[in-house]
Amino acid sequence: MEFISIILVLLIAFIAGVEGILDEFQFHQPIVACSLVGLATGNPTEGLLLGGSLQLIALGWMNIGAAVAPDAALASIASAILVTMRGASVTDGIALAIPLAIAGQVLTIFVRTITVAAAHAADQKATEGSFRAVEFYHLGSLVLQGLRIAIPAALILSVPAEYVTDALNAIPAWLTGGLAVGGGFIVAVGYAMVINMMATPKLWLFFALGFALAAVSELNLIAMGIIGVVLALLYIQFAPEFNQGGGGGGNSGGGDPLDDILNDY
Amino acid sequence: MAENKKYKLSKRDRLNVAWRSQFLQASWNFERMQNIGWAYAMIPALRKLYSSKEDRAQGLKRHLEFFNTHPYLASPILGVTLTLEEERAAGKEIDNAAIQGVKIGMMGPLAGVGDPIFWATVRPVLGAFAASLALGENWLGPIIFFLVWNLIRMAFLWYTQELGYVQGGNITENLSGGLMQKLTQGASVLGMFIMGILVPRWTTMNFALPLSSVNLQEGEYIDFDGIAQMANEGALTGDFLQGVVQDIQNGVSTSPVEVTTLQNTLDTLLPGIGPLLLTLACVWLLRKKVSPITIIFGLFVIGILGFVLKIFA
Repeated sequence: MEFISIILVLLIAFIAGVEGILDEFQFHQPIVACSLVGLATGNPTEGLLLGGSLQLIALGWMNIGAAVAPDAALASIASAILVTMRGASVTDGIALAIPLAIAGQVLTIFVRTITVAAAHAADQKATEGSFRAVEFYHLGSLVLQGLRIAIPAALILSVPAEYVTDALNAIPAWLTGGLAVGGGFIVAVGYAMVINMMATPKLWLFFALGFALAAVSELNLIAMGIIGVVLALLYIQFAPEFNQGGGGGGNSGGGDPLDDILNDY
Repeated sequence: MAENKKYKLSKRDRLNVAWRSQFLQASWNFERMQNIGWAYAMIPALRKLYSSKEDRAQGLKRHLEFFNTHPYLASPILGVTLTLEEERAAGKEIDNAAIQGVKIGMMGPLAGVGDPIFWATVRPVLGAFAASLALGENWLGPIIFFLVWNLIRMAFLWYTQELGYVQGGNITENLSGGLMQKLTQGASVLGMFIMGILVPRWTTMNFALPLSSVNLQEGEYIDFDGIAQMANEGALTGDFLQGVVQDIQNGVSTSPVEVTTLQNTLDTLLPGIGPLLLTLACVWLLRKKVSPITIIFGLFVIGILGFVLKIFA
């Protein structure tokens, strides 16, 4: 059982590393990765709770252009191993996730640097018209990104459980308490990153509206989602920047498919 | 080679390209970024369109140039490039510069569309919704997140690639024009609205600093010691317990000392004011180019100091 768990966890770690660079299926997002580690190790509930908490923290971690974000993959996998297999609490896991995310960020920058060599090797083989070789260098780089998470995961797994619990118990109460308080704050950084990406002076109005409505606890997120979509559709219909030249004619009917769909609402 | 018969890429070829486009970033490198990934995605088409070693080598070289955009928005560009390659293989005068021009010309504006829609709106909103389920120990959280995200993503990859393939060069106008702008704006409205809700609801911040503590009169609080004594003497009745539970539900204090914390006062003023100010401060710091990691460490320091000084709990 233990052996199968370890193999499964290493496999999940590898896939999370692969996804951390691809950013397609989102296996590396905490809510998926931690839940999977929880399932593989027989502690599904802890994995699920850790995943939910870390997901909120990681909301704003995004790779834009050439900038590399804190690494959700290593944070999720390593702290999920510590929580589900090494007896750390979910709160400990959240506090540990931040330094792990930064370590992962450094590792991915490292791999992204050494793959420059793959680009040059691919150039070389391209002159021979070899599709196979180009594919090989491409997928080989992907394997490196997978190992970037799988190797640290194996290292953590090789540390005996009692060392980890001893180390965790050695942390003084003021530090764990303080980290738990700080852990509650840092979701705000994620929110701020997301807001910064979208905010224009006009759109702050919608932020204010959401803030005011948040106090109405009867409205759950699904109801809020419906309100938000309605607001968005109304905005597109009525905002002046989308209605230029429509002074008297109403709909412009310029063959814009989304326009037609939206006008049907 | 002027009068080559034109080879049309089959749906199967195009599906193959779309599947491979999911691996666009596998060999992301700091020199030419998604360049090998782009060539990797184009290979099924190049294999069909060109048979001589020389043509293939040139094709690979052409597609190993610098490329970087939002990974999903590469799909419409791939679609356009497939059309261009088809025509080039049929003998039309399309030089390398033209193909590279289309790629470079499209990747900038499209990345500017994909980042706010996918990274800043769809993923945070879906992730926050799924996390709220997960925190309630509901497994639908991760399942919904994974399925809904991938459904949206795969549909987007395939249909925008087809759009690019069918429309060819016209697509640039379409995507960077009205349609995409509307999508971006609409998504941002939804995103800002949801963020306004999440900030007060899900930031854990408790100003536990006691502002006043009042000793309550007998009868204004639930006397648990008294109840325990009654129970030991066998005098406790069901009716009495029911009365106690009702008192608790009506908000009668459960301890003889009523403590008012800073948090209680803030809540009567405006619920969520603390998280709101914190988030606005973070927005401001990020605009001052302070790195998110620095802010996170700063917040941990504040958390530890606040905890030690008993301002926060």
